[in-house]
Amino acid sequence: MRKLLLQNVWRSPLTLPAPAPSAQALAELGAKVDQLAHQRLGRSLAIREVDAGSCNGCELEIHALNNAFYDLERFGFHFVASPRHADVLLVTGPVTHNMREALERTYAATPDPKWVVAVGDCGRDGGVFAGSYACVGGVAEVIPVDLHIPGCPPTPLQLLEGLLALLQVA
Amino acid sequence: MKASNPNPALSAVLRAGQPVTGHRPWPRFVVNVEIWNTLLAGLAKGRWNLLGLWAEPSMIHLAVHQVESETLSVASLPCPTGTFPSVGRWHPPAQRLERTITDLVGLLPDASPDLRPWLDHGRWPHRYPLGSSIAPTEAMPPYPFLPVEGESLHQIPVGPVHAGIIEPGHFRFTANGEAVVRLEERLGYVHKGIERLLNGAPLERVARLVGRVSGDSTVSYAWAFARAVEAATATEIPARAAWLRALMAELERLANHCGDIGAICNDAAFALMLAHCAVLREQVLRASATCFGHRLLMDCVIPGGVAVDLSADGVSLLRALIVEMRRAFPPLIKLYDHTPSLQDRTANTGTLNPMLAHQFGCGGVIGRAAGRAFDARRQPGYPPYDQLEFTVPTRRESDVNARVWVRIREVEQSLALIEQILERLPSGPLCEALNRPEQVVEGMALIEGFRGDILLWLRLAADGTVACCHPRDPSWFQWPLLEAVIEGNIVADFPLCNKSFNCSYSGHDL
Repeated sequence: MRKLLLQNVWRSPLTLPAPAPSAQALAELGAKVDQLAHQRLGRSLAIREVDAGSCNGCELEIHALNNAFYDLERFGFHFVASPRHADVLLVTGPVTHNMREALERTYAATPDPKWVVAVGDCGRDGGVFAGSYACVGGVAEVIPVDLHIPGCPPTPLQLLEGLLALLQVA
Repeated sequence: MKASNPNPALSAVLRAGQPVTGHRPWPRFVVNVEIWNTLLAGLAKGRWNLLGLWAEPSMIHLAVHQVESETLSVASLPCPTGTFPSVGRWHPPAQRLERTITDLVGLLPDASPDLRPWLDHGRWPHRYPLGSSIAPTEAMPPYPFLPVEGESLHQIPVGPVHAGIIEPGHFRFTANGEAVVRLEERLGYVHKGIERLLNGAPLERVARLVGRVSGDSTVSYAWAFARAVEAATATEIPARAAWLRALMAELERLANHCGDIGAICNDAAFALMLAHCAVLREQVLRASATCFGHRLLMDCVIPGGVAVDLSADGVSLLRALIVEMRRAFPPLIKLYDHTPSLQDRTANTGTLNPMLAHQFGCGGVIGRAAGRAFDARRQPGYPPYDQLEFTVPTRRESDVNARVWVRIREVEQSLALIEQILERLPSGPLCEALNRPEQVVEGMALIEGFRGDILLWLRLAADGTVACCHPRDPSWFQWPLLEAVIEGNIVADFPLCNKSFNCSYSGHDL
């Protein structure tokens, strides 16, 4: 183990330079976030991920944000285990009827001020599953959404761009 | 229940039924109750495996596989009265499938030991969405969990929203101090109603939907669908397409296994393995994106062939990936093997009784770590794997450690497979136009995803649209075993057991 650790101390990091925040996301967010929240939270945001019906493709890419290439934590973002510790809910999937209440309760358990980011084409409007008897639709049908990051699934870079936009305004 | 012959061959039992024309590549028979009961008796005695159980409003289908005689068949029992003799009564692996059939179609299993709803949580606008589709008349009562009695027991409800970045499901633990006495799963939270979306849809839409039944297995699902369509329409695909599918499927296996090995170690708080395995996984996904245009390879496999060719620099890029993986992976295996604190958590944890693995026909890493060597790439097998050399690694200990080792060995096998494919990739067209059958035809396929064998059955209407389609995830026969392996383990070892299984919620809930 020591050898492995040492090798990595000397090797140059894999981490990519930070992308610019997504212009589209900035425009969507611009009006929604106030200065007060920024002062209170600084540049550290706790994220609670909620799968409200996804096919698990989005989860795979959200996971990738934590790998050495994207290293989300360098921006002050970190994933937390409880909505009570969270500032941001990162919600995926078409919201299914069976998950609707769980999502509502997760939202209610998240302290203010809070932001909701709907991830993926399904989170926007139900995606390929839109119109099913078992799906409510996009995340915004159930809880207020501040930012959409489309894609099927969005790549880690697209997720990063969206979240950085959130950080700029938050 | 009585069987005239004490040890009948599956084909002999089914031959008494009425063969259905236009069902390929394996036969389907319409059977009577007597044959049905003989099939159930054979399942209960372990003479053949349950591959799938699904229904239409007036008929129930049972897919069975006798591995020794290489017989794979579907038996269909008409249900004019809306009931059928329960399979789960004799063969427990069928119980959740039966509960699902009742929830979705409305057919009732006669004398079933468990009539509780499964996917229907009482929240859909109508009941029996694949059957009569009626508005619910009354609210569904709270879900009755199985009773657990005894002194000093306490319950820990977990989910549906979990602590990690994972899919939703509910786990009800009953513990005596630290030790788990019973785990009961409650799934269905991500039920998206996919089957009804598939019914009547054109092939292109169905391909997209089936590729999103479980995002981590998108290539395998798309391949299963494509192969079932090609079987139904008797379409031969170009050799290059089959080889490219295998290339994508092995990249998918590689990425998922790398991720899982790291994640299992991380659940024992050994984050170093996760950090390194996640880098390997990312490198595979990046190579996939450069070669085929999508990190998870979604929508790359289509009926008739593949949608994208390997990019010009693809071969050299993948060769470099193999070199890099063969450099970076062995030190990680050594790290895993030589860290006693990690071994202490994984060895002898979550041991699965091999009898259960066989009874449930449990596929994938879980089955192979319990000595069940089944791999759909071998049996029934499909091209191009018949022309490729690979072994199917197995272990006997069936604990978390064994499941890690099977994954490690499968990573090595996948690398060797990719190497062979790059070496011998045939040239030629990517896609073949599908034959138009001009009548109703049916097809099925069994494809080995990284998680196990995916079954897909479908019927095509005369106009070429999909009349109905049923994908069955390997997780159906794995989730129930997770309940069994956690028994007697401490609560803190549940994440390890769960991650070493890595069942799909979305694939199961459909």
